[in-house]
Amino acid sequence: MTVPSDVDAPTPLPGVEGATRQSGAGGVGALVRTLRTSAPVLPFLAYVVVVLGVPTAAIVNYAFRSNSGHFTWANLHTILAGGQYRAGFETSLKLAFVTAIVPGILGTFIAYALSTSEHATFKRITSATSGVLAQFGGVNLAFMFIAAFAATNGVVTEWLRPIGLDPWNHGWSLYKFWGVAFVYMYFQIPLMILIVTPAFAGLRPAWREAAENLGASRWRYWRHVGIPVLTPAILGSMFLLFGSGFSAYATAEALTAGTVAITPIQIGSILQGNVIVGQNNIAYALAFAMIVILLVTVIGYVLLRRRTSRWLR
Amino acid sequence: MASLEFGTLVADPSTVDQPFESDAPANRGRRPVRWGRGVILFLAAVYFIVPFYAAMAFSLQKPTGGFSLSPLSQIASAPGFLSALWLSTQLAVITMVGVMLLMVPTVIYVHLRMPRFRRVMEVITILPIIIPPIAYATGILESAPAWLRSSQYLLAIVYVILAMPYVYRSLDSGLGALDLKTLVEASRSLGSGWISTIWRVLVPNLRSALMSASVLTIALVFGEFTIANVDNWTTIPVWIYLAPTDNPRVNTLVAMIALLATCVVLTLIVSLDRSQSRNSRSSS
Repeated sequence: MTVPSDVDAPTPLPGVEGATRQSGAGGVGALVRTLRTSAPVLPFLAYVVVVLGVPTAAIVNYAFRSNSGHFTWANLHTILAGGQYRAGFETSLKLAFVTAIVPGILGTFIAYALSTSEHATFKRITSATSGVLAQFGGVNLAFMFIAAFAATNGVVTEWLRPIGLDPWNHGWSLYKFWGVAFVYMYFQIPLMILIVTPAFAGLRPAWREAAENLGASRWRYWRHVGIPVLTPAILGSMFLLFGSGFSAYATAEALTAGTVAITPIQIGSILQGNVIVGQNNIAYALAFAMIVILLVTVIGYVLLRRRTSRWLR
Repeated sequence: MASLEFGTLVADPSTVDQPFESDAPANRGRRPVRWGRGVILFLAAVYFIVPFYAAMAFSLQKPTGGFSLSPLSQIASAPGFLSALWLSTQLAVITMVGVMLLMVPTVIYVHLRMPRFRRVMEVITILPIIIPPIAYATGILESAPAWLRSSQYLLAIVYVILAMPYVYRSLDSGLGALDLKTLVEASRSLGSGWISTIWRVLVPNLRSALMSASVLTIALVFGEFTIANVDNWTTIPVWIYLAPTDNPRVNTLVAMIALLATCVVLTLIVSLDRSQSRNSRSSS
């Protein structure tokens, strides 16, 4: 289902073929042959290097440059030492954490409920809808939630007010941290459903039958078989949710008009010029730090994925 | 919309619904506790449907009460909407042509001649997902030459990269299902060149993969907000965000239509894909 799962599938005989070819043919001839074979993929590689590689290198480069162009740690020091950028990072991490854990748990239950359904059309609709919400929600979700939950004229707010449940009267705001987290659930839960569903499909009926034949109750089956087998998959999926919540920009920007102080929005406002002159390289340092955190997240995911594939395939 | 959000790599609809299906027979004949599942699905449905319904009601409500479809007719005349639609359409077409020209021959070639390179391609095509769009945007704005930075086509060039994960994964699974070698050898031994082999033999066989790749690419271009916004181009999502708010109902309506249309089209694609693969299976 996922690309990473393919990546860490066992590679048969890594490098053996390449190694013998290189040593056997003795350098130049092999190199020419390799080049000739790979020529047709060069346009693709060139495009990726120029349009993806160069900008990424630029981020790393400028993250460590002073305004006069010298190497410096100052940008990273500025964002990590304290002040608004450090606070932005902390809020971002907190938001990513909250919107990984809660939707992760809810999404797991929903995915399980969906996976027990036998209705093909229903599954098709839920999986396509999950895909759309998880990937293409963004600005649209912000407008949807403003229409539903705005303090005045919000349709749902108006429903809740007469019964005394207007969340705005209980210290909640759609445009602050918990409001943003609430909206993020709307794309994080579908994302969780997409990622974790295959794990349920991998739970083999034979295990349950074996447990039942040995006299295990439903609860004991889950306690000793189901949950232990699924845990790495669920945790791994939560890592992806963390990454998704951490890097999301569109929903928060459109929802709060850029007022919630999370790192992606701070980067955005620097790029759009709302910043003191001479702080430009701060944006690269922030972008660099984001990439580092996402790399760590992905590595965590891949490692958990490896554990998962021991049982589920 | 969220441009490429982080989890995209897992969310190709043509692959997601397979695991769902495989689970069904396992539970048949069992007596599952249905109420638990019912409660969960009911609550989930409430959470997902209520805001959607609310937004539709908000945008179609008349001030006097009751609903009317007249806001639909105001969309086209909303200031800036048509030029945003035109810009997004142009970008979608350019991106699609670009990404297909770049990816189709490459992926076919890799499948045929360099199978070991598939791992590299997989890793490369995950990168646009790992790098947060906002971080990528900073890099793009820094490294693009000035003449390109002032052109809207910069966005199309960047979107080709963002579309690669979708297109690669669709093509890769589409090609995996074909007996590629036989097709190509048959076509070549009957005397057609590479271009005509790709165009007249492989493309028709890859129709459903290409279709889902195209739809995902279009959805991506029409939804990408981050880079368009910081580069100050008013594409559809940026328009939804920035359009003059004297009538927020129209923006909300456009947002809802975009979301709904994407859901419907993707569901259709997934269904089509399924029924096609079922046909080919039963005929073989």
